[in-house]
Amino acid sequence: MIKTFANIRTDSDILGIALAGFIGVGLIFAAGFSHAQVMHDVSHDSRHAIAFPCH
Amino acid sequence: MTRHLLTSALIAGVAAGFLAALLQFTFTVPLLLEGELYETGARIHFSANGSPSSDAGHPPVWGEIGRHFGTLGMNLVSYTGFAFIMVAGFALAERSGHRLSPRIGLIWGLAGFVAINLAPSFGLPPELPGSIAAELTARQAWWISCVGATIIALALFAFGRGPVAITIGVVLIALPHLIGAPRLDTYFGVAAPELAAHFATRSLGVAAASWVLLGLIAATLYTKRD
Repeated sequence: MIKTFANIRTDSDILGIALAGFIGVGLIFAAGFSHAQVMHDVSHDSRHAIAFPCH
Repeated sequence: MTRHLLTSALIAGVAAGFLAALLQFTFTVPLLLEGELYETGARIHFSANGSPSSDAGHPPVWGEIGRHFGTLGMNLVSYTGFAFIMVAGFALAERSGHRLSPRIGLIWGLAGFVAINLAPSFGLPPELPGSIAAELTARQAWWISCVGATIIALALFAFGRGPVAITIGVVLIALPHLIGAPRLDTYFGVAAPELAAHFATRSLGVAAASWVLLGLIAATLYTKRD
């Protein structure tokens, strides 16, 4: 029984880690890589300062 | 666990994003605005009349408030994104038996700076607006490959065992630069070289400071769970 609970907890931990990684990559893509003109314009100065490839 | 992970990342990312924006408004945005004078032709270096010099000095920084809100917002998004990846790394390291502390978080922050800023800048330096460079998608692909290889290499240095891990790490760190970033075979720079160089060094310094704060706050919050 205890072992089962431990496995459930471990699985939810892995899901949490995967979720954090997924959110992180999504935010970085939006801020640094999206080719949409509005995203480029809004993030222009921060993209240059962080040295995301721009233009 | 998941809620704690996400909360730590969110708070640390917002704090580091605010610091990054503040430092950018003070140190890099003035140089960007000065670079745009050359981009638009309002100021010319090596002009047709034979003069090799141009005036130094930037236009007023606070003329376009809307633009700066965009810069603040996108720094919050960028550093929050970095923070989520970092806390995912914290959790993975902890599962492998590595203890985390705020001081070790500082090292995570420096490693993030090396992977996300320093290593790709070695091939694709931070650029002033108006710089002409190779095709964007090719540079983005190289950037992602370089960052990915550097992250794996730093993880091998930190958590790997034995000479094989170190050797693979060295190869992974060097490989993107030996292959080389996409570059043009012609120079097109219109701005004064001093300005472009100063922008590159200040960009790296601003990023280093922001990453150190990110690592410190993320690790401090993350280790407060117990």
